[in-house]
Amino acid sequence: MAYLPNIVFFLALVFGIGYFARNIRKVIRNIKLGKEVAASDHTSQRWSNVFRIALGQSKMVKRPVAGLLHIIVYLGFIIINIEVLEIIIDGLLGTHRIFAALGSFYGILIGIFELLAVLVFISVIVFWIRRNVLKLQRFWKPEMTSWPKNDANFILYFEMILMTFFLIMNATDVHFQELNQGNWVSKHIAEWFRNAPETTLHLIERTAWWLHILGILIFLNYLYFSKHLHILLAFPNVYYGKIAPKGKFKNLESVTNEVKLMMDPSVDPYAAPAEGTENPAKFGASDVMDLSRTQLLNAYTCTECGRCTSECPANQTGKKLSPRKIMMDTRDRLEEVGKNWDKNGGFQADGKQLLDDYITREELWACTTCNACTEACPVSIDPLSIILDMRQYLVMEQSAAPNELNVMMTNIENNAAPWPFNQMDRANWINEL
Amino acid sequence: MNGAFQIPTMAEMMAQGKQPEVLFWVGCAGSFDDRAKKITKAFAKLLHQAKVNFAVLGTEESCTGDPAKRSGNEFLYQMQAFMNIQVLDGYGIKKIVTTCPHCFNTLKNEYPELGGNYEVVHHTQFLKSLLNEGRLKVAGGKFKGKRITFHDPCYLGRANNEYEAPRELLHKLEVELIEMKRCKSRGLCCGAGGAQMFKEPEKGDKDINVERTEEAIGTNSTIIAAGCPFCNTMLTDGVKAMEKEDTVQVFDIAEMIANADDL
Repeated sequence: MAYLPNIVFFLALVFGIGYFARNIRKVIRNIKLGKEVAASDHTSQRWSNVFRIALGQSKMVKRPVAGLLHIIVYLGFIIINIEVLEIIIDGLLGTHRIFAALGSFYGILIGIFELLAVLVFISVIVFWIRRNVLKLQRFWKPEMTSWPKNDANFILYFEMILMTFFLIMNATDVHFQELNQGNWVSKHIAEWFRNAPETTLHLIERTAWWLHILGILIFLNYLYFSKHLHILLAFPNVYYGKIAPKGKFKNLESVTNEVKLMMDPSVDPYAAPAEGTENPAKFGASDVMDLSRTQLLNAYTCTECGRCTSECPANQTGKKLSPRKIMMDTRDRLEEVGKNWDKNGGFQADGKQLLDDYITREELWACTTCNACTEACPVSIDPLSIILDMRQYLVMEQSAAPNELNVMMTNIENNAAPWPFNQMDRANWINEL
Repeated sequence: MNGAFQIPTMAEMMAQGKQPEVLFWVGCAGSFDDRAKKITKAFAKLLHQAKVNFAVLGTEESCTGDPAKRSGNEFLYQMQAFMNIQVLDGYGIKKIVTTCPHCFNTLKNEYPELGGNYEVVHHTQFLKSLLNEGRLKVAGGKFKGKRITFHDPCYLGRANNEYEAPRELLHKLEVELIEMKRCKSRGLCCGAGGAQMFKEPEKGDKDINVERTEEAIGTNSTIIAAGCPFCNTMLTDGVKAMEKEDTVQVFDIAEMIANADDL
């Protein structure tokens, strides 16, 4: 029975990581429901973006307060994870603080962890206050009710709890306190336990240790259900992010082929399509399967911070459009499609789609394509591209543009200008000089 | 015919076997909109003054397709693009300057994939290079010391990362440039982009151009400088909506340079 804790630990680890891996496979499967994208270009630019934007958090600090707090939590997350490695080895081998063999360096390491833990704790409290007490506008938009709102707070509570267990675990570790190396923070907490007998301390230490590592495993599995997936997906997402100038929208190749045919005088207008010719692909997007894999990855990466929405000119002037909601809707619909897939062993039409059932036309037509959202996103998400793809579906598949835009487009067709002026009058200004 | 100077069309140039240094792409607003035409004329005067050998397409110019593309009508956009590319290539155009950031963006970024490769510059960039080459003199004149704010056009700024050229020109005009809080990469859209120019806005509690004009006027500037005919219209409307047209004016930077010494 001496190995019982090791076995329990092993099982917890296998189950925790295994279940997470299973869900991540689902995420990948769902993303692959989207259209393939070519992203083998600009490799060095892409890696440089990963280092600058994702690892270096260069866009986060555009808003200095949130940016600085985020960097603390982010560094804490990465660095304190070295401690998790030790916990895992200890748990599996039944050792206690195996890295302590590193001597005084171990002390410094743990000291830094403790310091970071306190800083993370404080930062998370400030985050909570910004969200729930100061009620920063972007956290209280209409899409931020029920689950999205709770999700955000749960993540903060999780982090508070994990940091607390970590510090208590150190504070009640009698040997560690006796070593008096690296207990920079926990020695002050140990004061509170001064009168407790050693067995009680040991019990508390063990409990905190177990809850800390089980908490981490639960948190890991929580990611899949949460907006918090960005801690992993931000990196690939930035890698696959747009490299071209923000103003450059992609040219639809399927349309290019059609237009070339239309403009080729040698084409027989009555020709029947050749045997086996596929129908031209659907133009634009009405559901998640019509979007690209990058756009679907974008949806899973979005952590709902709302910087896009707070910079959006339409949203700022009370329109329904919120770029964040575009991303959240895309993910929700994709999840729905994924569950449908799991249940039926393939996608069965469910009478729903991203357009209208999630994203309304009113939202789509409110966009000024100003790129404020893509500029604001700290992890290179592109809500604008989804809006454009859906407009393409509305116009080219459904002829459902707002009437004024139809007038504008007819004008372009007839007079080569969006207004009803004669092309022959284009150069009249020269005579007015 | 105008008495001041001649602006040849590409057809005329070709007939004489000449090739201009640069094609001035006027754009629909610059050709037809009465307010925007003033920008076109001011810029043409500056080109003339700097002795730039330029031409226009005249009646052969056509919409680049930007509003169609941004509305989702990729067909119409590509039809326009292919026709324009045929015309431009037919004249062997190498370099294009335009006063419209939307034309600028489409010609520069979206035409190459369809086979149209040109060096495309925005007029503020072109004026800046004329200045640097010593071909154009810009002096403060009547704008010297005036409080002026600059509205970044989305399709010049965020879309193409050009924030400095217009500011450098304003600096040469010796104005007191007061930046709005939302400027450069965080500049607020005027509300016209993405074909919004041609439709009523969706329901909301404010028009975007009013929101932006309020911010501009909040800097206590007497002039709002712009670099886009559509921003110009939106901001001018905003000024009217706020009944400030007696105290605040909206100018394109080209107009300011041309008017600085009353060209």
